[in-house]
Amino acid sequence: MVLVSGKRHLLVWWGIFLLGLSPLAWLIYRIFLNDLGTDPVSTVVKINGEWAIRFLWLTLFVTPLRVWFRWRWLVKYRRMFGLYALFYASTHLLAFIALMLEWQWSQIYEEFLERPYISMGAAGYLLMLALGVTSFKSAMKYMGRNWARLHRLVYVIAILVLVHYYWQIRSDYGEVLIYTGVLGLLFLARVLNPISRGDFRTDSR
Amino acid sequence: MLIKRTASIRSSEITPEDIYLNRRTFIGKSIGVAALLNTGVLSSFSAIAGRPYEIDPDIPTYRGPGWLEKTLDNLQAGPFRTDEELTPYLDVIRYNNFYEFGSDKQDPAKNAQAFKTDPWSVEIAGEALKTGVFHLEDILKPHALEERIYRLRCVEAWSMVVPWVGFSMGELLKRFEPTSKAKYVEFTTLVDKEQMSGQASAFSTIDWPYVEGLRMDEAMHPLSIFAVGLYGRAMPPQNGAPLRIVIPWKYGFKSIKSIVKIRFTEQAPVNTWQQIAPREYGFYANVNPAVDHPRWSQKLERRLPSTLFDRNTMQTLPFNGYAEQVAQLYSGMDLTKWF
Repeated sequence: MVLVSGKRHLLVWWGIFLLGLSPLAWLIYRIFLNDLGTDPVSTVVKINGEWAIRFLWLTLFVTPLRVWFRWRWLVKYRRMFGLYALFYASTHLLAFIALMLEWQWSQIYEEFLERPYISMGAAGYLLMLALGVTSFKSAMKYMGRNWARLHRLVYVIAILVLVHYYWQIRSDYGEVLIYTGVLGLLFLARVLNPISRGDFRTDSR
Repeated sequence: MLIKRTASIRSSEITPEDIYLNRRTFIGKSIGVAALLNTGVLSSFSAIAGRPYEIDPDIPTYRGPGWLEKTLDNLQAGPFRTDEELTPYLDVIRYNNFYEFGSDKQDPAKNAQAFKTDPWSVEIAGEALKTGVFHLEDILKPHALEERIYRLRCVEAWSMVVPWVGFSMGELLKRFEPTSKAKYVEFTTLVDKEQMSGQASAFSTIDWPYVEGLRMDEAMHPLSIFAVGLYGRAMPPQNGAPLRIVIPWKYGFKSIKSIVKIRFTEQAPVNTWQQIAPREYGFYANVNPAVDHPRWSQKLERRLPSTLFDRNTMQTLPFNGYAEQVAQLYSGMDLTKWF
């Protein structure tokens, strides 16, 4: 596959950008249809959280997909996937604080400090924010080798996110096990098929 | 422990006598009002509890077997009701925790529609003189149906107000003549993997069947009921048709649904949630704002339905507001230990 370049790249960039916004657009559409059920706030918090995880997992899969299917062009959009993960994590958090806790500061304080699953989510969010603000070219150049070190924290974030998910479940582990399985697959692929940093021509199959 | 206790019933929970005695005129008048309003959307209309409610005809209601429909026609106002605004019928039938049909709130309404609830039999077992397997119709025959409007508080910190159709649990249990050894009563839900998709899930930690239990004096308390319907109609499958219990001062998971077995025991039954997570769920599960769930607070609840910009949050009351009637059942007990 040839690297996407020029106009074609711009087109793909906009395509992915708009696709990334579509879950939010769909959610807003459902809000106007009054289609979010008996407890709309919980639905909004949940949907945003799910999209944050999906984009985070997609970000993590860019490298294996590049190697397995030689989709080298995908790398160009990894930052966007990561920023979308941060974006949906932000709407998730905002919905939690503004809609679920209704800005009751004493309650927000209690929830974040006393509920371990929320502390985990918050820790994951703060790390994600750190990766988000250093995701731009200038930061990359300025930080040099430290940039890659910092951004390897994405694996820590993934684990924090999973713990955040597991600790809320009462009995049915179906969905979270799927996310865990997919992440496990990724880790396994990394172990079986190590990818050296900066190696864009790995052709092993 | 068949000690008969006289419950002190708060006056606000009781239907005023004049409304009760004149309920037929009241119903007549209310229908008149409905006609005047000329809304044309009233398909169900009840004033037996002194207040009308309506069900939009676009929303499905459920017909029970013929024998049940006949008794529903003679529905009486029960001795307990709350004046709080009812949770709309649609929300009561589409937002359910009934893990047998899936773990999402909307799963039961999706997956329970073909659930066969007639014919239905219930086994009575354990420490009682009359035991055996009985047709539901025969079990229910002697009991006049009443409407009880109760608050329902889920352990997940949401709540509803539901007009149940049912009758006193104690009246039914007594008929099977529990012996002096009967200290507890255990209830069991149907197991049927073909009909109940949630039971077929490999990812659930629940060891089916779902089991719940009550202390005998709790079961005999006048607030405890068996329920066969809601909103004046037959019980929808997603709400626990054809037979469930409602214990309004306990978290919702105590109010077990689709019951196939009632067993009188000497030892306390181990209820399903206690089995799964004994640190989080106890046998008693009395609504208690002072004892948090280890993972979330129980101080507040959101009264459903809520909207996007108003969660309708309110304080949770001890024993879900029924302390006056039931607190004495637990006098001397450390409720932080016996949660």
